[in-house]
Amino acid sequence: MFVNFFLELRKAKVPASLREYLTLIEAMKAGVPAYRVEDFYYLSRSALVKDERNLDKFDRVFSQVFNGMEFMSDEVSAEIPEEWLRKLAEKFLTDEEKAQIEALGGFEKLMETLRKRLEEQQGRHQGGNKWIGTAGTSPFGAYGYNPEGVRIGQDKSRHRRAVKVWDKREYKNLDDTVELGTRNIKVALRRLRQFAREGAEMELDMPGTIKSTANNAGYLDLKLQPERHNKVKVLILFDVGGSMDDHIRATEELFSAVRTEFKHMEYFYFHNCVYEKLWKDNRRRHTEFVPTWQVLNTYARDYKLIFVGDATMSPYEISYPGGSVEHWNEEPGQLWVQRLLEHWPKAAWLNPVQEKYWNYTPSVQLVRQLMTDRMFPLTLEGLERAMRELSR
Amino acid sequence: MKFQGTDSYVATADLKVAVNAAITLQRPLLVKGEPGTGKTILAYEIAKALGRELITWHVKSTTKAQQGLYEYDAVSRLRDSQLGDARVHDIRNYIVKGKLWEAFTSPGHPILLIDEIDKADIEFPNDLLLELDRMEFFVYETGETVKAEQRPIVIITSNNEKELPDAFLRRCFFHYIRFPDRETMQSIVEVHFPKIQQELVREALTVFYDVRETPGLKKKPSTSELLDWLKLLMHEDLPLDVLKSRDTNKLIPPLAGALLKNEQDVHLFERLAFIAKRERN
Repeated sequence: MFVNFFLELRKAKVPASLREYLTLIEAMKAGVPAYRVEDFYYLSRSALVKDERNLDKFDRVFSQVFNGMEFMSDEVSAEIPEEWLRKLAEKFLTDEEKAQIEALGGFEKLMETLRKRLEEQQGRHQGGNKWIGTAGTSPFGAYGYNPEGVRIGQDKSRHRRAVKVWDKREYKNLDDTVELGTRNIKVALRRLRQFAREGAEMELDMPGTIKSTANNAGYLDLKLQPERHNKVKVLILFDVGGSMDDHIRATEELFSAVRTEFKHMEYFYFHNCVYEKLWKDNRRRHTEFVPTWQVLNTYARDYKLIFVGDATMSPYEISYPGGSVEHWNEEPGQLWVQRLLEHWPKAAWLNPVQEKYWNYTPSVQLVRQLMTDRMFPLTLEGLERAMRELSR
Repeated sequence: MKFQGTDSYVATADLKVAVNAAITLQRPLLVKGEPGTGKTILAYEIAKALGRELITWHVKSTTKAQQGLYEYDAVSRLRDSQLGDARVHDIRNYIVKGKLWEAFTSPGHPILLIDEIDKADIEFPNDLLLELDRMEFFVYETGETVKAEQRPIVIITSNNEKELPDAFLRRCFFHYIRFPDRETMQSIVEVHFPKIQQELVREALTVFYDVRETPGLKKKPSTSELLDWLKLLMHEDLPLDVLKSRDTNKLIPPLAGALLKNEQDVHLFERLAFIAKRERN
């Protein structure tokens, strides 16, 4: 009964357990839902989902499994065009060009075609005149010559456009000696502390002593307990180079504060999006890197994961294999981010870009979606919020 | 025996199913939601609807799980022994029953509310796992086992300040109270203020949702704040057109103090209203 539904839920990463499934069956047997689909939906939701963050996933699986209602796609590709195209039209096209678009059947038509193409198209594409990709003459894609071409996966500022940079670039390591202004950051980070008693017995335990003395009918019985230590473990991944150069100062301040604040602190660098390699030294990044799998296996699940990055890139770099601007990646960055998040459920993304600009960059929205909204601005207030999220 | 909401509480269909599932299968129900959406009130209303006794356990940051079961007052026993009190020979005199014990032994299916469980230490829910699952616990001092003859209905609320352990969640039914939509809100208002004019409600709701949609508010007004505000509006007997006329020199809605609880929010709202006014002129 509903095994398929249960398995689909698990597949969609809703953490429902066997016990909860049995509870659902038990409730069905006890006749809790009154044979209406809505009741069953409410009941199964109440029994299988225990975190409001998973409600959306649950709804999607439910509709997919039960009445073949329209499948709500996770892919952003179908969502991008609408507003994006409109924005482009308003901002970048001349009147002449607009007229040409009219000739093609108007904007609605263009978007319709685009959506169809996105569905047809399986992979990344370059050149040619039909598929969406880079450097072609199709109306869709980046760096095209078609006047009514639509730039996809390209940031609007020209100097930050995503070109393959095969050449080996050098990035500076983050400097952790910047002390100025880090005090405030430290105070914010302190929220994350988790004290636990550990080690040899050192301190006098007053309540314990009173209790055991009383139990002992008044003969003094001293009790000791271990001292408290900050036990929090943090793993930080920094985005370096490229568009992050604008935010180097804020990031360095954070880095400096974090290093002294946590005893168990590990950091790695990545560029734009996380792929199969991470590194600790930017100068020797091409020779001395750590496979991401190794990082995943080295640090236990109780680490808290913090990404620091502007998440500003072409959406390809997140969602397609081979999308990286630096090398050929076999698996899309999205998959890697998901893997990391699965391994370290306590995670947050700190973004040095001001919050009000996030909506203008599709990749930021994509990453935000991947992080299930756990993206915070790299400001004191944002740090506070992030720490609260992490320490929950 | 089903919960259908009461004349003073509007329960949505999904909430009813969740509550009834928890009652039927005798499992705890965990209720989350924005502050002020009626999580705590729910337990009171279930008790009222089913005609049961309600036992409430308000959790604080210092609350220990053991306190819900029982506490052994060793200090007063020591004092008694030094005074030569006869009571001292029976350890039972110094066992203070906790809320869980009370709920387990109370006749006739009481309802136990464990309020704001997320306020306590992270280990708190874990320490109650077995007790809530089996509805029994062992008293070491006296060597007796306290077992619930009739399993109480347990309602647990959380404000989402801490995440609860998975093992705990698996044993509960879960319901997230969404912020009510306009229609639900209207029926909530009707339940609380049956005589209020339709017109006034509609206008008030418009203003209310406008305020909620103001970008960047630190604390959005919630249902309980709306009800307070309406109470004030009725008390002040404000004429309808005061609410309606949203132009004028009035920058913020009348008696907004009931809706906006944060100084920064009031400033923000005034600033936005000022900009809106300037644009209009």
